[in-house]
Amino acid sequence: MLSGLYNYWIAILLMAIGFYIVIAHSNLFTKMIGLNIFQTSVFILFISMGKVDGGTAPILSEAYTAYSNPLPHVLILTAIVVSVATTAVGLALIVSINRRYKTLDEHEIEQQELEQE
Amino acid sequence: MILANSLYLNFAIPVIGACLIALLHQRRRTVELVFIGTAAVLLWNTLHLFDLGEAAYFINVSPFSLIDSIPLAFHLEPLGLLFSAIASSLFLVTTLYAIGYMNANNEKHLARFYFCFCIAIFAVMGIAFAANLLTLFIFYEILSFSTYPLVTHKGNEAARNGGRVYLGLLLSTSIGFFLIAILWVWSSTGELDFVRNGFLQEQMPKEALIILYTLFAFGVGKAGLMPFHRWLPSAMVAPTPVSALLHAVAVVKAGVFCVLKITVYVFGLDLLSEGSASNLIIWVATATMLLASLVALSQDNLKARLAYSTVSQLSYIVVGAALATASSVAGASMHMATHAVGKITLFFCAGAIYTAAKKTKVSELDGLAKVMPITFIAYTVAALSIIGLPPMAGSWSKWFLLDGALQAEYFWVAIAFIISTLLNMAYLLPVVARGFFAPAKDNLSGIQEAPWMCLLPLSITAISCFVLFFLLQELHHFLQPLFS
Amino acid sequence: MTNHLAILQVVLPLIAAPLCSLINQAKACWLFATTISWLVFAISLSLFIEVQTGGSIRYEIGGWQPPWGIEYHIDALAAFVLLLVSAMAAITLSAFQRRITIEIPKHKQGLFYTAFLLCLTGLLGIVATGDAFNIFVFLEISSLSAYALIALGEDRRALTASFEYLIMGTIGATFILIGIGLLYMQTGTLNIVDLQTRIPAISHLHSVHAAFAFFTIGIFLKLALFPLHHWLPGAYAYAPSAVSTFLAATATKVALYLLYRVFYTIFGSEFSFEVLQLHYILMPLSILAIVISSLNAIFQQDVRKMLAYSSLGQIGYMTLGIALFSDAGLVASILHLFNHAFIKGALFMTLACFLFRTPSLRLDDLNGAGRAMPWVGFAFVVGGLGLIGVPLTSGFISKWLLVSAVIEQGHWWLVAIIVFSSLLALIYVWRVVEHLFFREASAALVANKQPIGALLPFTWVVLLSTLYFGINSDFPVQAAKAAAKALQ
Repeated sequence: MLSGLYNYWIAILLMAIGFYIVIAHSNLFTKMIGLNIFQTSVFILFISMGKVDGGTAPILSEAYTAYSNPLPHVLILTAIVVSVATTAVGLALIVSINRRYKTLDEHEIEQQELEQE
Repeated sequence: MILANSLYLNFAIPVIGACLIALLHQRRRTVELVFIGTAAVLLWNTLHLFDLGEAAYFINVSPFSLIDSIPLAFHLEPLGLLFSAIASSLFLVTTLYAIGYMNANNEKHLARFYFCFCIAIFAVMGIAFAANLLTLFIFYEILSFSTYPLVTHKGNEAARNGGRVYLGLLLSTSIGFFLIAILWVWSSTGELDFVRNGFLQEQMPKEALIILYTLFAFGVGKAGLMPFHRWLPSAMVAPTPVSALLHAVAVVKAGVFCVLKITVYVFGLDLLSEGSASNLIIWVATATMLLASLVALSQDNLKARLAYSTVSQLSYIVVGAALATASSVAGASMHMATHAVGKITLFFCAGAIYTAAKKTKVSELDGLAKVMPITFIAYTVAALSIIGLPPMAGSWSKWFLLDGALQAEYFWVAIAFIISTLLNMAYLLPVVARGFFAPAKDNLSGIQEAPWMCLLPLSITAISCFVLFFLLQELHHFLQPLFS
Repeated sequence: MTNHLAILQVVLPLIAAPLCSLINQAKACWLFATTISWLVFAISLSLFIEVQTGGSIRYEIGGWQPPWGIEYHIDALAAFVLLLVSAMAAITLSAFQRRITIEIPKHKQGLFYTAFLLCLTGLLGIVATGDAFNIFVFLEISSLSAYALIALGEDRRALTASFEYLIMGTIGATFILIGIGLLYMQTGTLNIVDLQTRIPAISHLHSVHAAFAFFTIGIFLKLALFPLHHWLPGAYAYAPSAVSTFLAATATKVALYLLYRVFYTIFGSEFSFEVLQLHYILMPLSILAIVISSLNAIFQQDVRKMLAYSSLGQIGYMTLGIALFSDAGLVASILHLFNHAFIKGALFMTLACFLFRTPSLRLDDLNGAGRAMPWVGFAFVVGGLGLIGVPLTSGFISKWLLVSAVIEQGHWWLVAIIVFSSLLALIYVWRVVEHLFFREASAALVANKQPIGALLPFTWVVLLSTLYFGINSDFPVQAAKAAAKALQ
């Protein structure tokens, strides 16, 4: 039971870790890393679901009878691209924020805004 | 076809007037002429509607549908005709007065003022001819919003606060109670059209009817039932012509007109007089009548005193409607007319006194009648009419109301009417007494009557108070289709 | 040609976007993007007419048969929302040229239009597609470009607001992705119509329930439904004015579309409401959104933030319509989606008009602005009345339908809440109106005669359309009814 669903446990663990980092950390850069871990967990989830025990890559040949499902893998390629783009936008924002606030700490940014009010 | 055209014309005239005023706002004289012209044409057309006769009653005219096949619809019926006639004839008188008053007091933004006035009259026409509850509600709200710039015309702190109370109370009651009542009627009967003798019979349980009637009566905040009457004194920050036409006639009469119309055409007199749906409102309105009179007694500011007097007089009409007998409803309808003429005269006088002598308080009026005799005589005539002494018009409406209360066997209401009449005397007559008989305290030299543009209207309305006394038999006859 | 309209709708702005960044010359880019947006509007209009007359359109991309190929599926609801989104995009682009030149540095304007067109592509794609994974892709296209657009705001808080939106938006989208994955695991299909037919047989499975939960949270995040709304006010308040206008009118509306699509079409209303009883979550959240956001709006000093909070409350009305779980409620919800988009769009446009002459949109800076700029001030009043739901504005029509739907269910206490929140709306709108008209304008404001240009007439066009739909509501009501029927 447990061993058969090994991949899924990992996915859930990573998901929880990523989510926790996003919520608990006040440094924007750390948040970004947490978000990446969170997204990666979903990739693992998708890739795992496509895997068929004993299956090979889907090659059209008489020799193979069991294939892994390629579709989730293709989907996740797209999702990875999306994730990379998100990271890029996020990092660009972080750079700009650092330039304007001279800090990346959420609380300090909030403090600065309060002082400005 | 004739019906539809004449009805639409009644809406088109004020709108065209408003547009012209907006376009020509640079030229002051032209704007004034357009303003008077609009009022005159409107009155002419309204009187024309009477010619269509009984055959044209209750035929719905609808330009288009609003929501879910509920049309925007209009029709003619005696109450609406009466109300539109009152409003448009007094509108003409007020246009003259307004021009005189605004010029004499150097008020600014005249074009905006006249523009909003025209829109307000447009809304009044919509209320008068609305053929279903939704149409009525829509024009009711237009009236609230179009009068807001008039109330806050001065644009200062006091105007802003007055406007806040005005709009806040009128909107919250209309959305909170009126609209809900309409939706309730709609969802439980699927009808909103006004019909002879109402359409709620056997459609709703008795307890629901009590709540519904209460929602309607309080929802029409313009009828000024306590505790939702505060907007009326607040509206007195407006220039006097606004107080005169709108807050003695158009807006408040629109309120009681809505109550009357809903009573007669939604509930039906039979339903109300048999059951006890309107009992609570009879209580509330009677209490308002007496309490507002008492408050009026304590007001030194003349306009505020008149405002509370209006609150009290409105409740006469609401009581008349809620009693739901033929006499009381006839009395209530007549009171709409007689009180309108009387109260507008009183406000015109208050405005004339302010324009000529810059006095606003009752206690400052000592001896003023000697320099302003016409104003004070007009005031006296109107006051007597409101109190209800023959040979003034007000005596008839009060007579019918009293008769209605006795017919319905509400003796305590009849007693309240009498007490209230005494109170009327107590708060209206001191002005007369001070003006004519008290020795002048300050130097009155240099004070003379207000400009003729102010005097003429108030003389006309004062004379009408007297003339109407002889016309009320016909008015009663005219209202008969209500009770058939 | 005409049978490819369904895909052209999405592809046109998608191709135009990189071209825009190649042109990279502010004025030319604007002209190009605006033309494209009007073309897209024309396409969505013809699609709308086609759907109204001939029923829903199914388009197979590349000729691959569904469920293997990706399918675009435009039913009455999708056509209605497409029309709304493309109309707002075209209007925003046409009206805001001068504001964009003022607010955005010249060298970034080409990229601005690129991002704008990409955002439009994403929003249109979400609505047009009939494929679950495609939804996720377009969701991310629209979101990523929206983050970039918001970050272009002049205020530095735009950056933090955008970052917060990025975090929340990504979490929401990832949740939706997980939901899609779980459904794919159980059904082996991504085609929405296919999913619809296969789910009832397996609806007892826990993984389907889990997918439902992930979808719920993900969409609520995107929708900014209370209490997941924290990202929205900042994003609307600090973005460039063109962006806040466009996003306020369309972004949450498309998220709401997604909610209809997922819970009515994919899972089916029976499963969503009778088995999993979504309305027991939706109802309290909607009520809290309505009341708390309206209260919040009253205390805002920045008018744009005030309108953003008001949007949160209005979203509550829309979800409330769904939570009633009745046909009438659904129609009211869809109609309010449409009406509110235009009302809020118009209000944000009036604020942009003010920005030409006032230093900011804080209440104190708007003192007397209504007197100094009467047409703009009056526009705000009209829009505000629509927001309150005063008769003769389209806001009244949707509130009427909503309250009728509530009464039909016999929830009188809910009627009281709706009335109460309308009065709160009255307070927050009138608070601004009093500042606009009853305070003395500063000398700088009176002296400032900077022309407003095309923005003002466009604002009035949108406003007059809301008034028209408030007087003659046949078109939106019928369209909303057809859309609701398509969901059943």
